[in-house]
Amino acid sequence: MATIYSDPSSVIYREIDNAIEIPGKRAPLVLGGRDFTSVTEVVTDVNLRPAPFGWYIGFGVSFVLFLLYVTCVFLLLTTGVGVWGNNQPVGWAFDIINFVFWVGIGHAGTLISAILYLFRQNWRTSINRFAEAMTIFAVVCAGLYPALHVGRVWLAYWLFPIPNQMAMWPQARSPLWWDVFAVSTYATVSLLFWYVGMIPDLATLRDRSKAKLGQIAYGIASLGWTGSCRHWHRFERAYLLLAALATPLVLSVHSVVSFDFATSQLPGWHTTILPPYFVAGAIFGGFAMVLVLAIPAREWFGLKDLITMRHLDNMAKIMLATGMIVSYAYCMEIFIAWYSGVHYEQSLFQFRALGGPYAWSFWAMMFCNAIAPQVLWVRRWRLNPWILFLVANIANIGMWWERFVIIVTSLNRDFIPGSWGLYWPTWIECGMFLGSFGLFFTLFLLFCRFLPIVAMAEVKSVMPQAHPHHGEPHKQTHDERRSDYSPDEGHHPKH
Amino acid sequence: MSTLNPPAETVVAPSLDIEVPKVVGLAAEYDDVTAVTDAAAKVRDAGFKFWDVHSPFPIHGIDHAMGVRPTILPWLVLGGGLTGCTFGIMMTAWINAFEAKMPAPFDWVNLQGYQFLISGKPLWSLPASIPVIFECTVLFSALTTVFGMLLLNKLPMLYNPLFKLKNFRRATSDRFFIVIDAGDPNYDENKTLELLRSTKPLSVETVED
Repeated sequence: MATIYSDPSSVIYREIDNAIEIPGKRAPLVLGGRDFTSVTEVVTDVNLRPAPFGWYIGFGVSFVLFLLYVTCVFLLLTTGVGVWGNNQPVGWAFDIINFVFWVGIGHAGTLISAILYLFRQNWRTSINRFAEAMTIFAVVCAGLYPALHVGRVWLAYWLFPIPNQMAMWPQARSPLWWDVFAVSTYATVSLLFWYVGMIPDLATLRDRSKAKLGQIAYGIASLGWTGSCRHWHRFERAYLLLAALATPLVLSVHSVVSFDFATSQLPGWHTTILPPYFVAGAIFGGFAMVLVLAIPAREWFGLKDLITMRHLDNMAKIMLATGMIVSYAYCMEIFIAWYSGVHYEQSLFQFRALGGPYAWSFWAMMFCNAIAPQVLWVRRWRLNPWILFLVANIANIGMWWERFVIIVTSLNRDFIPGSWGLYWPTWIECGMFLGSFGLFFTLFLLFCRFLPIVAMAEVKSVMPQAHPHHGEPHKQTHDERRSDYSPDEGHHPKH
Repeated sequence: MSTLNPPAETVVAPSLDIEVPKVVGLAAEYDDVTAVTDAAAKVRDAGFKFWDVHSPFPIHGIDHAMGVRPTILPWLVLGGGLTGCTFGIMMTAWINAFEAKMPAPFDWVNLQGYQFLISGKPLWSLPASIPVIFECTVLFSALTTVFGMLLLNKLPMLYNPLFKLKNFRRATSDRFFIVIDAGDPNYDENKTLELLRSTKPLSVETVED
């Protein structure tokens, strides 16, 4: 564990474990005896110092994968969607699997930035910025799939209600059209939330940058922010409002995505459990992705005092909880299929889990999402970054298989045996899937290089020093005594 | 800019070939949240109107110490949300349930609705339109929140005399400033300086434009 001064003014070091719960005391969230200056330094150094060699390697690999994506999209556009393996009866395949996979990953970012904000979970401050960045890049990867799968991509603007002389309008009662609104609103609001939260930190970079270009670029991006408390007042109110708006929004987005399936008549899709099941799965998969990004980032960028073991522990607990909800949904789906007495539903689930051609994918999903996360019950394993990283990767893989199971196993065998068929992806589909990771990591690494990856202003505001009259309760005003303002302790000796 | 600590240095002799910068305020620097909060309460009690505290993060309790009144932003957002909701209802109805042309003042717009009858469902019904109405409400509210906040804060404003102070660069990192505008009715070069120095700042500087 990291070390900290037992008292910020003394020079005696004490080992400190902030993952321990002490009733009545809030654990410190910033370790290493850091003050405001050193928090600024450790975060801005990521941007203002030369990039580590590993960054160039990572960026190179990601960019090559991104070029693979561009190549596959080029072949798709010049040839047609026939280059994909989708066909009757499996008309939706990798395109929609990957769309749901990516949009689901985005959800954890909004959960951390909005829902945990409303619940005053102060530990979110160290991880919210890059989780929000993850959201935006995941939504970019997601949004490209439906846009590309419409067939004639150059007519994709027909999805939007644009006035035209043909009086040709979209069908407003279709869940697919609801999806257009849900995903585009989600992308817009996530981008606004991300940018607004970043303005004060961009101003910090503006003021610390030595290079002329950096001063100009960060200067324009930070809009002339001076840290005025009259501005902070409206800023904080705007941030709270955005959090309150993003919370129902994020729940609605994956619910609407699940309506694409739930409102159809197809066995395996036509169930009311789908919206909550999708949302829980999205948060599960999203937190897995946050861990996959956070564990190496805190190591490589030297952010271990800000993204502490307590943060990883909290995320592991959320993964375990949402993983259990998802496992419950899997079991409940099977139970309801049996209990419904509907012949088609029963045989669909029999094919899905036991006798069907894709039964192995169902068990891959069960292993990754229901069984593997159970190791997180053990505290010692939760506090081991290697095990956590492994489980998070398995969960990511599992969530991809979940979407494969939902889409392909339901479509490949529906009502009439004569219309049954198998589906296998072509190399272009696989290339696009791999390539979308290239796109995601290219954007993410650029973000790590040029933008503040930890919300410095927010981290500082949860440090004990940030609270006026800290340690002198009798001098505190009514506002300063509010329970949601009470500081996280700086003194937290090891037990 | 010149340091007013000691005040004798503040007297700058005007010279013919140098344009004398205009003093627009005083900036006191602090390195501690408690000090700046207590100082802010003093400045508030002295009856100043045009002044501000600058800090690297929002200080809890500073609104009270400064006497900042709650912003009207939530009401703007309510307006934005209601507009979005109305827009969502009207749009879904217009594009799927009406075949009329645009009404009178807008009849030059080539915008005709379409009665989209599908599966014998009603042309417009609330349940089928809820998702789109909801998303429009959220979208309009979020745009109002962000642009309303920027507008009320008068941002973007890339030029600010404060940026000329070298120390002020730390206002976004680890230092706190109280800036009193020279345009304030209570402003008096010497008395205001005395007031700020009585709050034990690290330094007091003039802000020049």
